Amino acid sequence: MLEHLELFFKSIFIDNMVFAVFLGMCSYLAVSKKVSTAVGLGAAVIFVLAVTVPLNWLLDQYLLRDGALVWLGPEYADYNLSFLSFILFIATIATMVQLVEIVVEKFSPSLYNSLGIFLPLIAVNCAILGGSLFMQAREIPSLGLAFNYGVSSGIGWFLAILAIAAIREKIRYSNVPAPLRGLGITFIITGLMGIGFQSFGGMLTGDNEPPEEVETSTAKTIEEKEIKKEIEDEEKAVSYNEVINE
Amino acid sequence: MGLLSKKDANLILDPLADNNPITIQVLGICSALAITAELKASVVMALSVLFVLGVGNVVISLMRNIIPSKIRIIVQLIVVATLVIVVDQVLKAFAYELSKTLAVFVGLIITNCIIMGRFEAFALGNGPWKSFLDGIGNALGYGVILIIVGFFRELLGSGTLFGIPVLGDPIAKTGLYATGYENNGFMIIPPAALIVVGIIIWVQRSRNKALIEEA
Repeated sequence: MLEHLELFFKSIFIDNMVFAVFLGMCSYLAVSKKVSTAVGLGAAVIFVLAVTVPLNWLLDQYLLRDGALVWLGPEYADYNLSFLSFILFIATIATMVQLVEIVVEKFSPSLYNSLGIFLPLIAVNCAILGGSLFMQAREIPSLGLAFNYGVSSGIGWFLAILAIAAIREKIRYSNVPAPLRGLGITFIITGLMGIGFQSFGGMLTGDNEPPEEVETSTAKTIEEKEIKKEIEDEEKAVSYNEVINE
Repeated sequence: MGLLSKKDANLILDPLADNNPITIQVLGICSALAITAELKASVVMALSVLFVLGVGNVVISLMRNIIPSKIRIIVQLIVVATLVIVVDQVLKAFAYELSKTLAVFVGLIITNCIIMGRFEAFALGNGPWKSFLDGIGNALGYGVILIIVGFFRELLGSGTLFGIPVLGDPIAKTGLYATGYENNGFMIIPPAALIVVGIIIWVQRSRNKALIEEA
């Protein structure tokens, strides 16, 4: 339970999609002129992230990662298909978005009317693919946590676009220097908001990210050890043969 | 430019300044901001996008008459994803450290709006040679901004360029640091990229008044 809470708040505030890793900036900048459209797109992002992240988690777990195919039988234990993850993730996302669009249109026309226009846009929103790729890179351990990660990073994105849309509605009445109007000032405001969000960094004191350097180095040393072992074994075998020959 | 007609040359030159993908068309911001804390990463990212966009534009342009328009988004995504996998594997093989720094952002080239934007706006309606030039031009325009942002962030943030110290040693207080200069740690954190890009837009638009947006 605690880890769910931690992941939830961490993905909303500390690793905020927009302010910490700049995902989904294109639609963030393009669709944030009015609060009402921003809310529609934000809701659609939460929805699609909540569907695609757990789905891609299953794909990663049972198809892509090193040794994931072991459920097919022990002879598949050495397969590592992770180089296929980009193409599988994006295909999952594109088809899921289409599917969600069809299902929502059929069963809830009112929801479709509010989300509908944004759904096709979302297939190419980097926040969605980014959610799945970060899920893979951070090695989220369980399906429940993956779902949690999808929902909470969606909420983080939603908050960000809601805030910038509200600010942009107000800034229309301010006297911004002409060359900065529109895009320029939006960038700078987002930067300032990002600095604000940085202060959430101290909220959780747990270890933020596992020390990757150490892992790779241990992997290396293990490899080196194995190689050494093999060499030693070979040497032993050779000397053994020599003994026999003598 | 004997090789290129004036029109063709404009395909390459326009995106560098007055029709820049980042500052004017507002495409492909995500990766532009996230990886520009170091110049080296910016250059590699720019080259990767150059490859993907150049080749991708040609492929899409060759297939433009046989792609049914209803499923074109998926076809485009598959083409990009294939090219990006190539880039990712090459980086992992020949520049492993760098591919660690770029991490998921190589994968995010797939959803880089520049790529889909150029496919939709140009490659679907033009021949392969023109699409190639357009792809190269836009990728260069993207690369220029990336390199400018990377240059300032690395220079002001850590006093190095490509990892080589250029302003002296901050610990031994040599070079510029002897005069009391300090590295600006603010430039390293992610939000600084947004502000640097904001300033680039400001400079560009005050030099070319035609680009100013209506309030």
